[in-house]
Amino acid sequence: MSIDESTAARVAKLARIKVEPEALPALAQEFNTILGFIEQLAEVDIEGVEPMTSVTPQSLTRRADVVADGDQQAAVLSNAPDTREGFFAVPKVVE
Amino acid sequence: MTELNKLGLAQARDLLRDKQTTSTELTQACLGAIDAAGALNAFVHHTPEIALERAAAADARLQAGGDVPAMCGLPIGIKDLFCTKGVPSQAASNILAGFRPEYESTVSQNLADAGAVMLGKLNMDEFAMGSSNETSAYGNAVNPWRRKGADTALTPGGSSGGSAAAVAADLCLAATGTDTGGSIRQPAAFTGTVGIKPTYGRCSRWGVVAFASSLDQAGPMTKSVRDAAIMLEAMCSYDPKDSTSANLAVPNFEAALSGDIRGKKIGIPKEYRMDAMPDEIEKLWADGTAMLKDAGAQIVDISLPHTKYALPAYYVIAPAEASSNLARYDGVRYGHRAKLEAGDGITEMYEKTRAEGFGAEVQRRVMIGTYVLSAGFYDAYYNRARRVRTLIKKDFDDVFAAGIDCILTPATPSAAFGLGEMVDADPIQMYLNDVFTVTVNLAGLPGIAVPTGTDSAGLPLGLQLIGRPWEEAELLSSAYALEQAAGFVAKPDKWW
Repeated sequence: MSIDESTAARVAKLARIKVEPEALPALAQEFNTILGFIEQLAEVDIEGVEPMTSVTPQSLTRRADVVADGDQQAAVLSNAPDTREGFFAVPKVVE
Repeated sequence: MTELNKLGLAQARDLLRDKQTTSTELTQACLGAIDAAGALNAFVHHTPEIALERAAAADARLQAGGDVPAMCGLPIGIKDLFCTKGVPSQAASNILAGFRPEYESTVSQNLADAGAVMLGKLNMDEFAMGSSNETSAYGNAVNPWRRKGADTALTPGGSSGGSAAAVAADLCLAATGTDTGGSIRQPAAFTGTVGIKPTYGRCSRWGVVAFASSLDQAGPMTKSVRDAAIMLEAMCSYDPKDSTSANLAVPNFEAALSGDIRGKKIGIPKEYRMDAMPDEIEKLWADGTAMLKDAGAQIVDISLPHTKYALPAYYVIAPAEASSNLARYDGVRYGHRAKLEAGDGITEMYEKTRAEGFGAEVQRRVMIGTYVLSAGFYDAYYNRARRVRTLIKKDFDDVFAAGIDCILTPATPSAAFGLGEMVDADPIQMYLNDVFTVTVNLAGLPGIAVPTGTDSAGLPLGLQLIGRPWEEAELLSSAYALEQAAGFVAKPDKWW
């Protein structure tokens, strides 16, 4: 399994990280090094083995489906780069 | 009396209770040591006002007498990964520049409730991704230890490098760390300090900036095993705000420190004897084994057959979880937002913000994680890694079922290396630092690093003990026996 520049560009796009075209060859090379290392996992016999979902054998606890917190608009917005009228503000999404 | 900042938690606690000193005096000694240690770059946000206020409150409490909480008046450092209310909490990343949480992490709140005094926030690898503290947005933390006769700057390890450096250099009595693949135990080993990662679920993850949620655990970094027992107990709690927090009683860990390991079965896993293991590490391990045997333990050769696959499985699972957890840094709700050009839309905002805000190693891991979770590769990589993880945990379950109480291994494959020494190495070389520690996170077990010797250059080396799930008390007691037998007392010569 080898990653080429177009695959590297696709992964960067999926991850929403801007990568300049001139940086793609080195990035693809790094991916190949790491994936080459990960490739060892193919040697392991995993027939009939379940994928781990929880490392400690406990089920997630449930609670009543009621509002337990809220009314904290100012606190929620206090670290936002841009807010307007009590909302997070972002560049125009819909034309 | 020795300088107050050089005390451990237990010694300082006893002096406070005997009215031999005050929290304010202890805190001022630490603040002075911190101010004089800029060269270590360990503390990256200083909170002297909070510290002196909490110290005064602790002194009032101690003065009033009666029952005082375990950590009352003891000054500590907090890793930058913990959200602390009103105090910068950046996970050593530029993407969280300026972030001041409106809330306090459960662990740091537990410590505050136990009376601890926060001195400030500690340096670390960005988002806890690294083994040398070289990926930090604050610059490198520096190990107070140097090779004999040399002035090469060494790494304190990572990701909890600032915590390890601060404790080793006596800038604080103890510090919090977090451990996803070895980030408490490796820096502890590199700095001659003690670090324990408890069983997954012991410490609440709420308010700790997430890296890989199924692996992350907080723990203490201290000057002795006794101090680790005291501080771990204060950090642990059941927390409904963390869905994987364990609803189990937290034992009195300090009371369990008998150090009596007669008849205990200590497993020595043959798979940890790596090819090209340095002689010094080999000898350290053999010496540690002999110490436990002399203390009355039974030494048993064991096999953990899937050990070799732990690092590759980790480097699928941890980046996959990171790519998901770090999706929240989008320039909308907190932290950095890139300056946009005319015509840039929301996608450009995300892409530019994340390219500017994340460092190279974080970007690399987010993209690897994105790749292994992407359509067509999810089964081949992510699900396969999760199956291998099941087998790694089963290896441990099998040896514990066969009666093994504890497992002894080296903590790291080498002593601390030079800052910048790994710059040209490929990422895998750096990842190999965690070869002995990462299995413990994958299996959710408690593990502790204890300093037991030095290499030929005089640098500290540590051994790791791995315990049964939820049996931190027994693990700490075995570690106490090892600590007593090794008698490691060396400290770095002050050059900073």
